Amino acid sequence: MGKHVNITIDGRSILAEEGRNLVEVARENGFFIPTLCYFDHIDPPLGTCRTCTCRINGKPGPACTEKVREGMMVEVNDSELSDIRKALVEMMFAEGNHFCPSCEKSGNCDLQHMGYELGIAISRFPHLFKDRLIDYNAKRMVLEHNRCIKCMRCVVDVVTDDGKRVFSYQNRGNETYVGIDYEQEAKLSRAQAVEAMNLCPTGAIMVRGESMGQPFGERKFDRNSIRPDYYDKQFKAKKRKGKLTKKTIATASLAGCFGCHMSMLDIDTDLLDLVELVSFDKSPITDIKNFSKQCDLGIIEGGCCNEENVETLRAFREKCDILVSVGECAIWGGLPAMRNTMSLGECLEEAFLNCVTNEEGNTVIPYDENLPKLLDKVYSCREIVKIDYFVPGCPPDAQHIWKAVRNLLWDENYSILYSEFKYD
Amino acid sequence: MLEMDSNYFDTFLQEPPRTKMLDRLWAFQKSKGYISDADVTTLAKKYDISEVEVEGVISFYHFFHRKPAGKYTIYLNKSMTSQIRGFSRILEAFKRETNAEVGSIDPTGTFGLFLTPCIGLSDQEPSALINFYPFTNLNSLKIREIITKLKKGVPVQDIYDKPKDNIQYTPEGKESIFFSDFKPGTAVAKLASLEPKGVIEALKQTNLAGRGGAFYPTWMKWQAAMDEKNTPKIVVCNADEGEPGTFKDRVLMNKVPETVIEGMIICAYTIGASFGLIYLRAEYTWLKHRLEEVLNKYREKGLLGKNCGEITGFDFDIRIQMGAGSYVCGEETALLESAEGKRGEPRTRWYYPVQRGYLQLPTVVNNVETFSVVTKVLDFGVDEILTYGVPKSPGTKIISASGDCNKPGIYEIEWGTTLKEMLELCGAKDPWFIDESGPSGTVLSMDDEDRPIAMFAELSSEQHIRCGGALTIFNKSRDIIDILLNYADFYKQESCGICTPCRAGNFIIERKLERIRGGLANKEDIDELKQWSVLMRTTSRCGLGKTATNSLLNALDKFEDYFNERIHVSEKTKNLKFDLEEATREYEHFKN
Ligand SMILES: Cc1cc2nc3c(=O)[nH]c(=O)nc-3n(C[C@H](O)[C@H](O)[C@H](O)COP(=O)(O)O)c2cc1C
Ligand code: SF4
Ligand code: SF4
Ligand code: SF4
Repeated sequence: MGKHVNITIDGRSILAEEGRNLVEVARENGFFIPTLCYFDHIDPPLGTCRTCTCRINGKPGPACTEKVREGMMVEVNDSELSDIRKALVEMMFAEGNHFCPSCEKSGNCDLQHMGYELGIAISRFPHLFKDRLIDYNAKRMVLEHNRCIKCMRCVVDVVTDDGKRVFSYQNRGNETYVGIDYEQEAKLSRAQAVEAMNLCPTGAIMVRGESMGQPFGERKFDRNSIRPDYYDKQFKAKKRKGKLTKKTIATASLAGCFGCHMSMLDIDTDLLDLVELVSFDKSPITDIKNFSKQCDLGIIEGGCCNEENVETLRAFREKCDILVSVGECAIWGGLPAMRNTMSLGECLEEAFLNCVTNEEGNTVIPYDENLPKLLDKVYSCREIVKIDYFVPGCPPDAQHIWKAVRNLLWDENYSILYSEFKYD
Repeated sequence: MLEMDSNYFDTFLQEPPRTKMLDRLWAFQKSKGYISDADVTTLAKKYDISEVEVEGVISFYHFFHRKPAGKYTIYLNKSMTSQIRGFSRILEAFKRETNAEVGSIDPTGTFGLFLTPCIGLSDQEPSALINFYPFTNLNSLKIREIITKLKKGVPVQDIYDKPKDNIQYTPEGKESIFFSDFKPGTAVAKLASLEPKGVIEALKQTNLAGRGGAFYPTWMKWQAAMDEKNTPKIVVCNADEGEPGTFKDRVLMNKVPETVIEGMIICAYTIGASFGLIYLRAEYTWLKHRLEEVLNKYREKGLLGKNCGEITGFDFDIRIQMGAGSYVCGEETALLESAEGKRGEPRTRWYYPVQRGYLQLPTVVNNVETFSVVTKVLDFGVDEILTYGVPKSPGTKIISASGDCNKPGIYEIEWGTTLKEMLELCGAKDPWFIDESGPSGTVLSMDDEDRPIAMFAELSSEQHIRCGGALTIFNKSRDIIDILLNYADFYKQESCGICTPCRAGNFIIERKLERIRGGLANKEDIDELKQWSVLMRTTSRCGLGKTATNSLLNALDKFEDYFNERIHVSEKTKNLKFDLEEATREYEHFKN
C-alpha cells in the first residue's frame, strides 16, 4: 500500500492512496461522477469524453486525468458543474444520430443510461444531422458510425493476438470517425469480438447474431438507476391554490406516428376522471378541426416536415397559452428526421423513383397544388415557435404525460418514477 | 561538407522505425502525387501495424492524399487576410486556368486545386503554394502566366516567388535584438563560463516567457527538464506557426536561422540534452533547405555533433521533422505525437513533456522566437537587454501585422508599445475590428488603443495586451460575421476530433453563426453562443478547443451593437422567424 493523502470532495475529508485516479477514489466514497470513456485499466486515461468535469483546486477539469495528491480540493456537485456535465452528454446526442427505439444497444447503452441519470429531457444544442454510413464490410462486426461518440476505448483496447489494432480514428475535426480494419477484425475470435461490442459505451460496435441476445426489459440499465425519482426541473413543484377548475386542451399530431396520442389514451380508467376536468378543443381525439376558443394548453406531437405542419404549429402557438412538445419527434425531429442527413431530392428520388418495389417506367415524384409542400428537412417545433415545456419519450409513458399536464394546469406536485420516465 | 552523421542519432537515441512514418508518406506523396493502397500495405508491414492505423495517420494530415492530387498541386490560402485581398477572384482564376474544381484535379490530371488555412504569408496575400513553392501577391493575370508556364513545362522552382521578409520596423536609435548581425558560435562560446545555472539565471533576470503564445516562463521549463533524472533528453523547436495571421517565425528562420539553432544548443547544454528536433510545418517546406544549410554549417564549425563548441562531453545534434498540414500539431503534445509518426492528437496532462515528452523522454518544447531570444540574451548580455522595453517586460517582441494596413510585415517593437503606436507604425487604415494573436487570441477595438503590448502588467490595474505575435486588422467595410464564420470553419476542420466539446462544439457554433447571418437569430441565440463558448473553453482537452471561441466571445462583448442590429427581436406572438420560402425551395424543383 502506498502513502495516504488527505483530500476533500464537496467538503468531505477523505483519506486516499496517493497517485490513484480521482474518479475511482470519488466513486469508492459514494460520489457519482459520470464517465463514458474512462476505463480503469487504460493508462494513461483517455480523457476524451470530458463528462467527468469537476473543479479541482478551483479549476475546472476532468477528474479522470487527475491523480490524487495531498490537499486536493475537489468540487463535484454544484449546479454549474452538474449543468456542464449534462451539456456534454446533450452534445453527444446532438452530434450523433441516435434513434434509441430502433437501437440494438438500448438498455445496455452507457450513453443512454447517462442521459437518464443526468435527467436529460432535451438537448439544448441543435441536432447536426451529419450524414454517416454504416459499415457492414467486416466479417463479424457492424460499425454504426451514427452512434459512435469517439471515446477511443476500442482504438486503444481492441487488439489482435499479434498486437495489431483493429480500430483507429480516421480524418480529423468534425469528419473524425472510427475506422475498422477488416483483415484484423477477421482475426478476432468470436469471444474477442463480443468483448469489443461490450466495451463500446454505445451501440456503435455490433456483432452479428450477438447484439439482440438479451431481451429488452432485462438489460443492464433497465431497472437500475441511482435516482430515486425523476423530478424534472422544468416542472416546478407548486402549491395548489383553491379547487380544480375545468381547462381546455388542444392537441395535434404533426410529423409523428400518432404513437404519442395513443400513449395519452393509455391511462385507462384515469381517463374518465380526466374528462371531468378537461374539455378538448381542436384535437384528433375529438376530431374537432378548428379552434373554437383560446385554450389553456396545447400538446404537440411530431415535428414539421411540410408547410401545413408549420401553419398548424403557428396556429397552436397563437391559440394556446402553454405549448408542450410531447415525444422525440416534436422535440428534435425524431424518426422522421432520419431523412435530415441527406438532401430532400435524394430522399424523394430514392422513395419514388429508384425504389425496387416501384413499377418501372411508371414513377413520379408527387407535386400538386393541393399537397402541402415538403420542407427541405424535418424541423423540431422549437425551431418554428417558442415551446414552453418538453415531455421526452418515444412515446412518453401515459403517466408521465398526464403528470406533466396536471402540474402545468393545476399546479399538482410533479414526481415520476424511473419506470415511468424510461421508455425504451 | 560535413553531413549529419546518421549514426549520431542511433548512438544517443534509438528512434523507433515508426518515427520515420511521416517522412515515408511524404516520399510516396511526392513521387506519385498521392499515396497508393500498395504504399499503405508496405508501411503497415514495415512498422508491423494494421493498415487502418496507417490510414488513420494519412487522413489526419490534409497534405496527404489517397487519390492523385495532380502533377502540380495548388494550395490556395483561404484565411481571412486572403479573403479581404480578393480570395474569390483568385480562386475563380485558378479554376479557369487549370480547369480543376476545388478539392480535385483537372481532367488531364495535371493540376490539383485545394484550399488550405493560413500559409504564413499574410503580408503578401493572396498567396498560394504550388508543389509547396510559394507564389505571392497573386492576381488573375499573374495566375494565367504561372499556369501557362507550368503547362509549357517550366519547372516550378524556376518561377516561384521568394517571400520577402518585410521587416518594417526595429527599435529606433537602438540595435535590433533579433536582426542585428550575429556571428555563429558567439553565444555558445559563453556557455563554458556560464554553466547551466548561469543560463537559467540570465533567463530569469530577463523575464523571458515563451513566445509560442502561452507565455510560460522559459527558465522554469528548463529548470524542470534539468532536474529530470531520465536520459537522453530532447530539445524541440516548435516551428509549426499555424495561428492564422502569424508569420514571425518564418522571417526569423529565413533571416536569422543561426539564432534559432544556437538557442537550441544553449537549451541542450543547460538541460543536458543530446538530441534536437525542429518540427517544421509543411507550408514552410521552402525554408527546409535554408535550415539544413545552417545545420551543416554548425556541424562544420563543430557547434553541433560531438563535443559541441569544444565543450567536452557535450554531444548534441538536430534533425528536422516535416509536418504535413495540421494546425493542432503546433500544440506541443500533438507535435510530439506527430513527430513519433502518429496522428497529431494532443495528450492529456497526465504527464508534462518535461517529464515524458518525445518517445516518453524528458523534453523541452519551445517556440522559434523563444530560442532566438535566448541566443540574443547571451550575446547582448542581460544588462543590455534590460535597457529595452518596460521593467516587467524587458526586451522586444516581433509582431506580424497584416490585414487592412499600408505596411504589412514584421515589427520588432519594444514591450510597452501601445496598440495605438503599433497601428500608426503599420499604417492601419481606419481600424475597427483588430485580432490580436490570431483567431485564438483576443479581439480589440479602438477602445483598446491605449493599452500597452506587454508580457506582464506593470501595475495590477493595467490592462496589457499579451500579444503572441500577430495583429490582424480589419476596417469597417469587413463584416464581423464573415470573420467569425471563417474562424469557426477553421476550428471545425482543424480540431483533432477526439474530444467532444471541441469536435462537436465548433460545428455547433458554426451552425449558430449561420443563423445570425441568415437573419434568423434572436436574443436567445446570442446568449446561447456565449454559454456554449464558455462550455467549450471550460471542458476542452487542449488549448485548441479552449481558445477556439475567444474571438467570438470578445466580439459578442465588444461589438454588441453590431449583433443587436442583426438579431430578430421576438414579437409577442412567440412565433419565431422562419424562412418558409427558403425551406420549400428545394421541393419546388419537382413542380412539373
Ligand atoms: C492549438 C495550438 C496551436 C499551437 N501552435 C503553436 C505554434 O504553431 N507554434 C508554437 O510555438 N507554439 C504553438 N502552440 C503553443 C505550444 O503548445 C507550446 O506552448 C509552445 O510551443 C511552447 O513554447 P514557448 O514556451 O517557447 O512558447 C500552440 C498551442 C495550441 C493549443
Ligand atoms: S447508442 Fe445508445 S443512445 Fe445511441 S441510439 Fe443506441 S441506445 Fe440510444
Ligand atoms: S466505436 Fe464505441 S468504443 Fe469505439 S470510439 Fe466509438 S463509441 Fe467508443
Ligand atoms: S480540444 Fe480539440 S484539438 Fe484539443 S484534444 Fe479536444 S478535439 Fe483535439
